Amino acid sequence: MTLIKTNYNRRSFLKVSAAAGGGIILGFNWLVSCTPSEKQLAQMPEEWFNINAFLKIGDNGIVTIMSPNPEIGQNVKTSMPMIVAEELDVDWKNVVVEQAGLDTQKYTRQLAGGSQSIRQGWQSLRMAGATARRMLLEAAAKQWNVPVSELTTAGGMIKDKSGQSISYGEIASAAANIAVPEEVELKDPKDFKIIGQPTKNVDGPKIIKGEPLFGLDYYEKDMLIAMIVHPPAFGLKPKNVDDSEAKALPGVKDVFIINSLPDGIEKQWSDVNAFPELVVVVGTSTWEVMKAKKALKIEWEEVTPGENTEDYMNGLAALMDKAPEQADRKDGNPDDAFKKATKTIERTYTAPFLAHNTMEPMNFFAHVTADKAELVGPIQTPEYLRKTLVETLGLPEDKISIMMTRMGGGFGRRLYGNFAVEAAAISKKLNAPVKLVYTREDDMTQGTYRPAYTVKYQAAIDADNNLIGFKVRGAGINGSPVFNNRFPAGAVDNYLAENHSLSSNISTGAWRAPSSNFIAFAEQSFLDEIAETVGKDPIDFRLELFDRAKSNPVGTENDYDPERYAGVLKLVKEKSGWGTSKPGVSRGVSAYYCHNSYVAQVIDLVMKDDKPVIQKIWCAIDCGIVVNPEGALNQVEGGMIDGLGHAMYSAMTFKEGNPNQNNFNNYKLIRMSEAPLEIETFFVQNGIDPTGLGEPSLPPVAAALANAIYSATGSRISSQPFAEHMGKEKVMN
Amino acid sequence: MAEYTLNINGKPHHVDVAPDTPLLWVLRDHLKLLGTKFGCGIGQCGACTIHFDGIATRSCLIPVSAAGSKSITTIEGLSKKQDHPVQQAWIEHDVPQCGYCQSGQMMSAAALLKQNPSPSDSEIDAAMSGNICRCGTYIRIKAAIKTAATKS
Repeated sequence: MTLIKTNYNRRSFLKVSAAAGGGIILGFNWLVSCTPSEKQLAQMPEEWFNINAFLKIGDNGIVTIMSPNPEIGQNVKTSMPMIVAEELDVDWKNVVVEQAGLDTQKYTRQLAGGSQSIRQGWQSLRMAGATARRMLLEAAAKQWNVPVSELTTAGGMIKDKSGQSISYGEIASAAANIAVPEEVELKDPKDFKIIGQPTKNVDGPKIIKGEPLFGLDYYEKDMLIAMIVHPPAFGLKPKNVDDSEAKALPGVKDVFIINSLPDGIEKQWSDVNAFPELVVVVGTSTWEVMKAKKALKIEWEEVTPGENTEDYMNGLAALMDKAPEQADRKDGNPDDAFKKATKTIERTYTAPFLAHNTMEPMNFFAHVTADKAELVGPIQTPEYLRKTLVETLGLPEDKISIMMTRMGGGFGRRLYGNFAVEAAAISKKLNAPVKLVYTREDDMTQGTYRPAYTVKYQAAIDADNNLIGFKVRGAGINGSPVFNNRFPAGAVDNYLAENHSLSSNISTGAWRAPSSNFIAFAEQSFLDEIAETVGKDPIDFRLELFDRAKSNPVGTENDYDPERYAGVLKLVKEKSGWGTSKPGVSRGVSAYYCHNSYVAQVIDLVMKDDKPVIQKIWCAIDCGIVVNPEGALNQVEGGMIDGLGHAMYSAMTFKEGNPNQNNFNNYKLIRMSEAPLEIETFFVQNGIDPTGLGEPSLPPVAAALANAIYSATGSRISSQPFAEHMGKEKVMN
Repeated sequence: MAEYTLNINGKPHHVDVAPDTPLLWVLRDHLKLLGTKFGCGIGQCGACTIHFDGIATRSCLIPVSAAGSKSITTIEGLSKKQDHPVQQAWIEHDVPQCGYCQSGQMMSAAALLKQNPSPSDSEIDAAMSGNICRCGTYIRIKAAIKTAATKS
């Protein structure tokens, strides 16, 4: 039994009222854990303390959970309400999940942002459900004049010892008069009935009939369509526009240049934008505006020089030969270890810029008038967007409303709300409702990319084939990809981590599993190479290192739990039948830790026409309690296919700042025929609070593939995308 | 501008648009049939897939002037009660993540099964490789098509 306080920081966490038409409404905060640390409190925007989600129990017993969280595909709209329903002790079939509406009069509909996950909502969602249950129990106890301790609940019914019973619906109105308890009891995870049950996506029925759920589907009467023309190359801005031809076209209302982020405004971290100055075309329909865009004659001027891919890749490569002024982690004496070594190996890995390429291109609706602004669209960081809009529109926060729609993919792109800021600037200038729509080309060439990276690994091995020294030196555009305290740090006596950053005018941002999406490939490929060099099985070699990190860790800052890390490797070893071989089939293994979760994967592949055909992936994951195994499996599978596709095929490259790729004819994404034929996923069963699930399966998979390709071909791939580099790299001795 | 009468989901729809307007934008902007999605505009992603005389077709590439009296089916018209075997299989396999590409995926799948009621794996690959799912739900899509094939 866990008792949990329902208030903190002198604020009540919960608010209660009677529901119109009978029943009870409990308002709670979806995001804030009830026991945040001081550090978390300091980082939280003030508004997040406000009520932003509601639980309604109608007198018909139907439970409605209104969530402020938009769905971007991680299934949180299903899994988070499951947590509330579990503690409330109702049948899932009587639960309705709704996205909170635009009406901000009744409640402060404060806004969810970032990748708010099960991890952060776990305690608060459980508490909301448990509190409502407790209040229903107290109301029933009062009505029957019996102690609460004699009552039990199941499936939305309350029973006492004598066998009399009452439904939640029947007692809900009375419960609205009960004081919010100061402390409530949470279920023991072994008693969970909803959490842990495979549960279908609540929006599935809407998606299969094509309901307009997404930002791009938002239409208002008399709404205009706006499109932008951003500079064709990084480093340019518009100088002059000849719009005579475009303006003469039917349906075109206006053409103008805007600066969506004027100098002097206070910017947020989410205001990444390489092209704040844009040419805007406005008209009555999308196709007319698309045609008008092509009729514009725009003169551009250089602000900073445009870059070539070979230039920044050479720049990153040069940093590999240069020690930074200071190491970010140094254990023992790495240089000494390399001097004493009988064998050393070294390899440098690279990866290109990547675009997010959400299937739904960037878009946003805005209606800005003299005294208020209403925005609707797909955004993950509305609270930061609103702060920027306060600056750019000159309106107070309470006059700016932002409604979040379902998002046609995020992958990090919709953390950066430049398109919404632009929509607002356009609407303000026009004094009209307008939806800004990016074409695929606008979207793919806009920037905010996963940075290009390089990392060099070196290993020192002694005469007894022990790994005695390990060095990692990383560099990336606008930041290094290296996590200084991540495995194998902690397992090697002499360890060195160094970082460089190369600045660029090509803008970068978070992309699904930032940094990990590259570094896991490099690290786990290199560990495979070390294992081979020391003559050990790659899984046994890693397990020995985890033993060392557990029994006698080097340093105190290691960010992983070696036992859980080893646990997923052992599980995948067992499930995949590691050590057996099938004729013609090659295997590779990889394991990685990020977002507080542990993942290990084994890939079986066959080479066909010099291309890898993945027969099967075994994936073991430890992410604590799995709330919804159905959604979780889908996430894990999707993460691996995403990771395989980008490692194999995708790249953004540049010539004098001009992107060489601008649509899916020249930027390749993985397709069905290239996907693995089979994936089998195993979750470690434990009672640990849930950790990340949307990202962790992606990073290690590229190394499992690279290691399997090595096993098949004898060639180690060190550069992404693999399809471009396969067969071109030297075979190792 | 020119007037057209389009045969969409079994009903006539009148629009007055430029002849080169792609069916995609006629459906979305003018008729508010919003299940057909915009993804790339060049026939590479399949998000805008409709049935054009029963054939899976990228609506972003078909100008309204080429539609004539051909029968057009969108996701909204795939079934009256969302009970097409493909739609049911999509629920059974809990296919969607973000869901944006799934109208196009289902339209491609439904057209495939109409022509080939029991496709092999490679036939499914061939028919579905024009549809990108950025979330990576391909394994579930393929499983759902196989389930739908048993019920079509």
